[in-house]
Amino acid sequence: MDIPFTVKNRPDTGLYNGKLGVWLFLASEVMLFGGLFSAYIFLRTGVEQWPTGSEYLDIPLATLNTLFLITSSVTMVMSWASLKLNDFKKFKIYSGVTLLLALAFLVVKYFEYTHKFHVGYLPSTNNFLGIYFTMTGLHVLHIIGGMICIFYFWIPGAKMWESDPERFTNRIEIVGLYWHFVDLVWIFLFPVLYLL
Amino acid sequence: MSELTPEQVKHHIKTYVLVFVALAFLTIVTVAISYLDLGVVGGVVLALIVASIKGSLVACYFMHLIDEKVTIYWTLIATVVAFLILIFVPLSTMLAQAKI
Repeated sequence: MDIPFTVKNRPDTGLYNGKLGVWLFLASEVMLFGGLFSAYIFLRTGVEQWPTGSEYLDIPLATLNTLFLITSSVTMVMSWASLKLNDFKKFKIYSGVTLLLALAFLVVKYFEYTHKFHVGYLPSTNNFLGIYFTMTGLHVLHIIGGMICIFYFWIPGAKMWESDPERFTNRIEIVGLYWHFVDLVWIFLFPVLYLL
Repeated sequence: MSELTPEQVKHHIKTYVLVFVALAFLTIVTVAISYLDLGVVGGVVLALIVASIKGSLVACYFMHLIDEKVTIYWTLIATVVAFLILIFVPLSTMLAQAKI
């Protein structure tokens, strides 16, 4: 038996089920990161002195990472647009580039983390580094989760394009929603942790 | 988002490129602001305004919120209200301490 509304929009919500599901998931993600932003404000406003990000963190590397993620958001939405134009080859290229940019983000983050550990900046060093590692660490886990999904639809899951192209296009759209959300979180993490 | 014709998708692609250029420019603006001596409050407010503009661009155009169904808007309104409560709890603590 077919599951209803996997492709066509429901008459009551105006959306297909997967899309509404992902938006509800993203709403819960807003609350997850919201709790951590709330903790950050609490820690920061509770002390007389709070270090500026540049005392501990590398702004040029984080700027580079910001550009990686912004570019990956464009390539992600372009992979969906390619499917809408029935251009599967371009979808493969844009998805591959998205994965490469995500990998570049992780490599930069790896160098940032290892440098901090090397000079003795640990989550236990102070509250600033504690909240920095917690927030960026959770964000990195989200990047890895997104990469797994994008990779799945890039190689093994791509065969659905042959059997059910509309459903496959919808899947790429909702993976894209998640990926743009991860980009959006970084857009706020970057100034809050590194620049203020 | 409603069903799109190929022409509409091509029009969207032009928008994506423009949004990308705007986001890259605003990233440079964000970094430049951090080097200005605006004081803590001025720096925080300006940086968050620029971040909010960038976030809105991503949400409106890449996530297509500018052309979405009302169900999603209601979901997000409820989320934003709950998020603001989370953010204002520690801020209200700070204001209460400032009165003492």
